[in-house]
Amino acid sequence: MPSAEASHVVGGRAWLFGDDISTDLLDPGEYAIAPLQERVRHTLEAANPRFAPEVRPGDVLVAGRNFGCGSSRETAAEALQALGVGCVVAESLARIFLRNAVAIGLPVLVCPGVREAVREGDPVEVDLAAARLTNLRTGRAVQGNPLPPLMREILAAGGMLPLLRQLAAQAAEGRGWVDDLGS
Amino acid sequence: MGLTMAEKILARAAGREEVAPGEFVVAAVDLAMVHDIFATRVFSLLRSAGFRRVWDRTRVVAVIDHLVPAPTAAAAAVHQQMRRDVAEFALTRFYDAGTGICHQLLPERGHVRPGMLLVGTDSHTTTHGALGAAATGIGTTEMAYVLATGRLWFRVPETVRVVLTGAPDPGVGWKDVILHLAGRIGADGAQYRALEFSGGALAGMGIGGRMTMANMAVEVGAKFGLFPADAVAVDYLAERGVEVLPFGPDPDAVYQETLTVDLSALEPQVALPHTVDRVRPVSAVADLPVDQAFIGSCTNGRVEDLEVAAQYLAGRHVHPHTRLIVAPASRAVAQQAMERGILPALLAAGALLLPPGCGPCFGGHQGLLAPGERCIGTHNRNFAGRMGSPAAEIYLASPATVAASALYGRITDPRTVERSAGHALR
Ligand code: SF4
Repeated sequence: MPSAEASHVVGGRAWLFGDDISTDLLDPGEYAIAPLQERVRHTLEAANPRFAPEVRPGDVLVAGRNFGCGSSRETAAEALQALGVGCVVAESLARIFLRNAVAIGLPVLVCPGVREAVREGDPVEVDLAAARLTNLRTGRAVQGNPLPPLMREILAAGGMLPLLRQLAAQAAEGRGWVDDLGS
Repeated sequence: MGLTMAEKILARAAGREEVAPGEFVVAAVDLAMVHDIFATRVFSLLRSAGFRRVWDRTRVVAVIDHLVPAPTAAAAAVHQQMRRDVAEFALTRFYDAGTGICHQLLPERGHVRPGMLLVGTDSHTTTHGALGAAATGIGTTEMAYVLATGRLWFRVPETVRVVLTGAPDPGVGWKDVILHLAGRIGADGAQYRALEFSGGALAGMGIGGRMTMANMAVEVGAKFGLFPADAVAVDYLAERGVEVLPFGPDPDAVYQETLTVDLSALEPQVALPHTVDRVRPVSAVADLPVDQAFIGSCTNGRVEDLEVAAQYLAGRHVHPHTRLIVAPASRAVAQQAMERGILPALLAAGALLLPPGCGPCFGGHQGLLAPGERCIGTHNRNFAGRMGSPAAEIYLASPATVAASALYGRITDPRTVERSAGHALR
């Protein structure tokens, strides 16, 4: 495992959300082609209007089941990243949201039982390598499901774009994706 | 040990004899689709990574369908850039505004083949499972990766077999079947898994109905929604000049779970705001007034859907307090519906006709809702904010239920409405 990941701990205040938080809430279709700065103003607006204006870098989004369901829009994950969200920790993640988060390098953690362990605004810390969230108010730690090695490697690389850049640089040698990820 | 359709396709695409659920593979993609909301981002990522070509320009389909015709100067500029991208990367399969919705065009124009591995920058790419393709939605960064390399990683999904038995009552459609399933297993009931449909009911099911159901596979979290490519699929493609062989699972395929749906026991279904799995029989919400009714989208905007609507509305008039918006899924659909008297009947009944495309389905334009308004539509999502104000309500139903509701201005069980027997329809 790359050492960069081993030291990867993020922390901040917890923002709580419920089940089935959709991409339409994360990044409403009405602003589909608006610039990022404008879109992030509406991120989760309908679920919690304080979130976008008040979220601080490192804050942790703690959600229920099926977080990020709906559209394939990567901008849903991108908006959270642009707002500085340190990690999305959810009871479960919708499939495309999970792929997109990994592809752009936004840390995510599936952590059953997490919502019961955290209250709105609690100071929390997420150890990405250990796949564990700790509530610093209560001292309670919740163990999540470690991401599969392939996804961890993509995250550690900062997403798929850096991998693609490497590929472009190596194109002349004809080396491919499998070699690069060493899996 | 036998393989499911998803396993067969991923094994082939990964160059393997067999694969097992839970395994990660790197697979060769057969077809990639991008549409106007994301295409320019994909191409700019591709350029910024240093790629000036796509891996195979004949395997990329680009469609302008979401914001058509361009509602704003900003959207027009996105389309302008997309046309430049298509020219720069010399893509051979480009459908400009007005041709239709991507998920309608791919099958309609014969681009989808049974057994394909297909990805698109759209979650409803699962639609193409109707023709036996393992088709799924991905984001823009992953699409840039696919366009550069022709490959992508996949986790081999567990497969849930859904056995459809019996025949639906008149007034009950395939949309009701998939809504029922969503209500039964929940919005994450098939998360990370593949749905594979089978059973005696398939024999009476056209490609349109299969597209409706495969389309909404993603609404239960599924990665693929697969139908075996049987004689119906082979004939559909033959009509489009594409010759294929039947394709299906191995007879001894292993399923993680099997669900059975008895169609003959089904009432028309409605999904209540604001999640697709809050499904009730129409009788539970009958008589709720509706401000807007929408018939269209990649779920239910095909000629058979418009025809069903016309059967309820021909020779009658939409309720004065309700707006009926109709968006054919493609130009070919609109032309057929015109020739067969379906569109004239809907227009005479007071429908507002939109150009072929996504229309108001994703809340981009054309028929958005004010706070407090209620819409019933044939599309696939009812999340808060999906069609304008987050304080509006969206109900999802079949074309028959939406048409009957437009007629009375209230959510209406289509079985209580006498059809106008194809009045003036050909
Ligand atoms: S019709 Fe609706 S669901 Fe289908 S592709 Fe267009 S916006 Fe998406």
